[in-house]
This record gives sequence, structure tokens and C-alpha cells, in this order.
Amino acid sequence: MKKLMLGNEAVARGLYESGCRVTSSYPGTPSTEITEFAAKYDEIYAEWAPNEKVAMEAAIGACIGGARAFCAMKHVGLNVAADPLYTVAYTGVNAGLVIAVADDPGMHSSQNEQDSRHHAIASKVLMLEPSDSSECKEFTKKAYELSEQFDTPVIIRLSTRVSHSQSAVELCDRIDNGVKPYEKNAPKYVTLPANARALHVKVEERTRKLVEYGETSELNKIIDNGSKTGVITSGISFQYAMEALGDTVNYLKLGIVNPMPEKLIRDFASKCDKVYVIEELDDIIETHCKKLGLEVVGKEIFGFVGELSQAIVSEKILGKKNEVQTFSESVPVRPPVMCAGCPHRGLFYCLKKLGVMVSGDIGCYTLGATAPLSAMDTTICMGASISGLHGFNKARGAEAEKNSVAVIGDSTFLHSGVTGLINIAYNATNSTVIILDNSITGMTGHQQNPASGMNLKGDPALAINLEELCKACGIKSVRVADPYNMAETEKIIREELAKEEPSVIISRRPCALLKYVKHKPSLKVDEAKCVGCKQCLKIGCPAISIHNGKCVIDHTQCVGCGICKEMCKFDAITD
Amino acid sequence: METKSIMIVGVGGQGSLLASRLIGNVLLSQGFDVKVSEVHGMSQRGGSVVTYVKYGDRVNSPVIEKGEADIIISFEQLEAARWLPFLKKGGHLVTSTQQIDPMPVITGAAVYPENIIEKLKAQGVDVVAADALTLAEEAGNPKASNVVLMGVVSTKMGFDEEVWIKALEECVPPKFIELNKKAFALGRNAG
Repeated sequence: MKKLMLGNEAVARGLYESGCRVTSSYPGTPSTEITEFAAKYDEIYAEWAPNEKVAMEAAIGACIGGARAFCAMKHVGLNVAADPLYTVAYTGVNAGLVIAVADDPGMHSSQNEQDSRHHAIASKVLMLEPSDSSECKEFTKKAYELSEQFDTPVIIRLSTRVSHSQSAVELCDRIDNGVKPYEKNAPKYVTLPANARALHVKVEERTRKLVEYGETSELNKIIDNGSKTGVITSGISFQYAMEALGDTVNYLKLGIVNPMPEKLIRDFASKCDKVYVIEELDDIIETHCKKLGLEVVGKEIFGFVGELSQAIVSEKILGKKNEVQTFSESVPVRPPVMCAGCPHRGLFYCLKKLGVMVSGDIGCYTLGATAPLSAMDTTICMGASISGLHGFNKARGAEAEKNSVAVIGDSTFLHSGVTGLINIAYNATNSTVIILDNSITGMTGHQQNPASGMNLKGDPALAINLEELCKACGIKSVRVADPYNMAETEKIIREELAKEEPSVIISRRPCALLKYVKHKPSLKVDEAKCVGCKQCLKIGCPAISIHNGKCVIDHTQCVGCGICKEMCKFDAITD
Repeated sequence: METKSIMIVGVGGQGSLLASRLIGNVLLSQGFDVKVSEVHGMSQRGGSVVTYVKYGDRVNSPVIEKGEADIIISFEQLEAARWLPFLKKGGHLVTSTQQIDPMPVITGAAVYPENIIEKLKAQGVDVVAADALTLAEEAGNPKASNVVLMGVVSTKMGFDEEVWIKALEECVPPKFIELNKKAFALGRNAG
């Protein structure tokens, strides 16, 4: 039976068919749906961990315990999980261990454009790269075989267009070999220096064997069209090349992107007059070819920035461009915005009004940086709002402490904000931290987290009490504000900023898109009272606009949150 | 068969994911190789969003580039204008007449162009415009405007109505099926 599946769903199907039993991940676009789809199979235990490091360690534990295990993350998530990765690379596995990492070329939903292949090379771990949904499933299954055969974790590298494209997948049955026996084996699993030295020797030996395996593996595929031009490529770039160049060139499609074969590449290149390397982001394949002494053309024409496409391949290699028509007038941009009724809106309006420095973080609320709220100064990585604010205040002293805050979501706080808060308490700055508690992991599409009271399978679970957690970290002043009540929220922020001690404000209101959140009817504008002062537009709500000098509320978007009503001095906005 | 390309464009939250899945299922049922490419994450939050559907004997790239789309389905007028460069010469543009002001227009930093549909027609673009929002409200829920537009576009794609209805039944939960069938029929009449 064939089914149309997202690449991410196909990876989950591969887990199911491989007999994977334990999955632990932290959500991150574009990887999130893998674990959500895995959770739909009763045979797979699946959970959201607080962060990627915890998730990978849970998966490592499960694999040592004898179950085929898995974890998924976005590219920057692998940085968080890099610590366990680089050492499980030494210990190897008991049952198979597969890690999916999804890169985001073009940064559709990310803060940087890093290439995860560097992690595979640096950690000396086998990495496979599928190019469509069918391969997502097949490569995942192959990854478990190779993991157990070569005693190594295996990384599946995805990218946005592979993860989020649907194509046909042939479904097969699950083969479950049960849980392998666990035997204590300290020389393998206890990485004391004496053991690790011996393990490193094995890792180098394993890499040699994997290179040899790749020379003849069906994962690395040659398509010989009898051409004198060759293309070496992998993943989604293979699809772009095929679409642009068709059967006019020969292809070497690498399914194994680390470690790469040598003889296979040399032989392929020797039959061509000219060889192009087509790969997104960094010059990993190109550098490998050049190390083999081959002359190839790659980044000098394609560059390092953004996504590739069939149009780019066609333009750079064939010099062809499509005919294009454009609209006769300029089209205003449409950047993403906080949704109508978003609880973050009121909070950010207060921060803008106070004019404080805002140390920001990763989540929907990063949109607080955009106009008209423009109330964010920095965004670095998960958790950096809190630890960064501490450093900022250490650098600038007491005056800065009274004029700066950190903002961080509930899920991000539990991911890696807690340790920063402990640092504030321990190393003493009078910093003010605002936790934007919307009771869900929002940006990635509503995943449960340790404070939301539910687990990934949809069952009730322990809900961490954020107030008690902050107090246990050593913060004495912990207060809760309702961001729909802007006057009260502003008052609380002013009071906490003035205090000579660190404090936490929990700005609490569930995400307006959550199914259980009851919406009020759309608000209305009393045209007789509206003077067109545009005060209500300052909150940046997508449901409010001005037409013919009067404020208009779009009833299809408005959820009746009432923030705009608080803004109106003329009582022109009514229930 | 040469690969055909359909783009679905709109504002995040308007329901383009259901629309692309519906078309994808129709095409798969007709024996085509199909690829559907979606965008998740940040741009879904009220930003300009685009979904690609490609079908044929063998589809390679899941994305559509400028000048490649045979059909563009737009859920909002300004988005129709924005994505016009992706339409192939002689391609069809199906758009809802709905207007949603983007934030730069709301804040006064930019102006929403007037009479977009007339201007597109004047440029020689083949445009079918439908008041999908009103038709969806007539069907019972403004959120069904995506399915209304699927009804409109079904007249441009040449598959039997039953094929679409069957795909609709596969994509929509049973309790919403009647509403969606009505929305589809209203769109098909308007097409």
C-alpha cells in the first residue's frame, strides 16, 4: 500500500517498521512531527524531554538497555545534545540508536543556518541523508541495521524540504526483535580515560570499515547517463539537480554523507571531463573531493548561503532563466505576527512603554521584536535570555538592573532557562526575569512540556509548579501577572524592577490557539465614538486596521481578548 | 506526462495545509507521482505562506520556482499579487477576494494596493476571483473558505467531482464532512 507522507512521518514509519521501542525528543522546526507521528504507534514509547541533551541521553540509556531507540531534534538542538553524542560515538550501542537532525537552510524558522554534517564529522558518527519520503523510511530502517552491525549511533540528516514535503511511501510490516539482554560491560560503557583511549582506537577502526562499506553500499548510487559531465550530490540537492539537468549528466548520489567513500568518488570522477558538487550550505562533499586531489566545481558558483533550487542549478550550470511577470505595483511585505488574542501582546506593550532593555529568547514571543512592538534587544539561543541578562547587568551595574528584563517562554525556561536563573541567584544580580507561561510549547505547534500537565501520548502528567521551582532556585520574589490586564502587569513589572533583589514575574495566560481556550465573541467598533486616533493600532493586532479613518475589527480573527479595549481612550471598542 | 505545478498561497492560519493535502490525495488517487511541500513553524504565524503541489510521471524537486506554476490558488488578494512572478505565462490564477491587511499596512508604513484583481486582469493574467469567505459563511463556517477555493480550482483541473469528494472524506473529520461538501459545491458553482 502506498501513502502520501511527510518526510518526518516517513521517518516515524521507519521507526515503527524497524521495531524501535523508545523515542525521546525535544520539539524543533522542522523536526517536530517525527516524534508526534511516532507517538501514534502504540508499540513505540514516545516522550517530550525537557531538552535535546536529556532526550539523547534517554535514548542512549534505552539503547544500552537493549531497546532500539531514537531521538529527533533540529540542527541547533544537536548543539545542546552534542555532549552525549561525542561520547556515545565512543561507547557504541547495544540495540540500535538512531538520531534524526533536521537542518533549516534558508532559515524558515531558525536563528542560524548551521550545517549538521560538521557534527557527524567531528563526532565520527555515521550519517545518512535521504532525499524524499520513501528514502526517509528506508534509510531509517537501514540506519538501525548499520547501527548494530558497526556498533555506532547513526544520524539521519534531514532538511526542511525533505522533512516537510509529502511524497509516496510503500508501507511494510513491523519487525520487532524484542529487548536485547543487558550485560554490564564497563570497558565499553564507562568512559574513564583508560577505557576511552581503547575506545578511540576502535572508533578510528570503525571509520575505516565504514568507508569501505560505503564504496559498494546501495546507499551511494551512480546514475550513468553516458555523459562526460558528472554531478556529485546528496539529499534534497539531488532532486534539484535531477529536475534542472535531467539525464544530460551522470550522478553520484551519496546516501552516506559521513564517512564518505574514496574509491567510488575517484572512479566516478575519472570518467568525467567536468565534475560539479551540488550541496546546500557548507562545502563538505567538495572539501572531501579536493582532499582526494580531484578538481571539482562547487561553492565558487553556488555559494554557502540559503537554499538551493532547480532554478539556481539551472542558472549556474546551464545559464538558463525562466521568464517572469511581476505585479505592476509594489506589494507590501507580510512578516509573521503574534496571533490575535496572543497573551504575549499585552506584556510586550508594557515593556515597550517602560522602555527597558529586553533580553529575549526563542519562541513565538521572539515576534515581540517586530514592529510596532519592537520590544526585544537580543535573541541568541534557548535559555540565553536569562543568563545573558545576568552578564549584561554584571557589565553595566545597578542602573541596568533597574531598566532591563529577560523574557522566556515556559517550555524554553524548562529547556535551559532554569540553570541561568540559578546563576542569577547564586552569583547575585538584581535581575528581573519574566516567564511567559502560555501553558504549551507554541511556536513548534503546541507540544506538551513538563509544566503543561499532559504528556506526548495525551495522558495527564505531573505539572511542574513554576513558582515553586523559581523559589527553589533561590528567587524570593516570585509574582504572577495576567497579561490581558495591562495596567496590573505594568505595575508589577515596575515594582519588581525597583526591588534590590532578583525577581521572577510569571506572565500567565494560555495560548489563544489552544482548543480548550474559550474565545469571547469578536469586539465591535462604535463608529460614532471612534475618532481614528490609531492608539489601538500600537499593539500590533492583526485583527485591527483602519479604513476610511475609523478602526475596523476583523470578526474572523478577533477572539475578544480586550487588549485593544484597554488602549481606547474613547470607549469606542465594545463587546 | 510533464510535471504540473500548483501553488497555494495565503496568510498563515488560513488553512492551506488542508487544501494541499486534499489536492495531493486527489492526484495520488489518479495514479500520479506527487510531491507536496509545506511550510511549518514561524511563518505560519500570520505571515505570507506558500505550499507547493507537483504531479506527473516522476516528480523530482518538491519546490516551485519563479515562472513555473501552472495554477496559483490564493486565499487573499495581496498574496495573489505577491506570488504572481511564480505563475507560468498562460497559467491560471484562482483567488479569494478576501483582504487581510499585513502589519506594515496596519501600522501605516505601507499601503494596500487598490483593485488588485482588475489590475491583474489588465496585465493579461487569467484570473478567477471568488468571494470564498462569504460562500464559506453560507456553507456554515468562515474557516471552510479553503475548501470553497478547492471547489473553484477543481473546475480548472479536470478530474471528476466524485474523486474530489472521496479525497475530502479522507482529509476531513466525519463531523465536518457535510459542511465541507457544501463549501466545495458552492466553490465549484462559482468556478
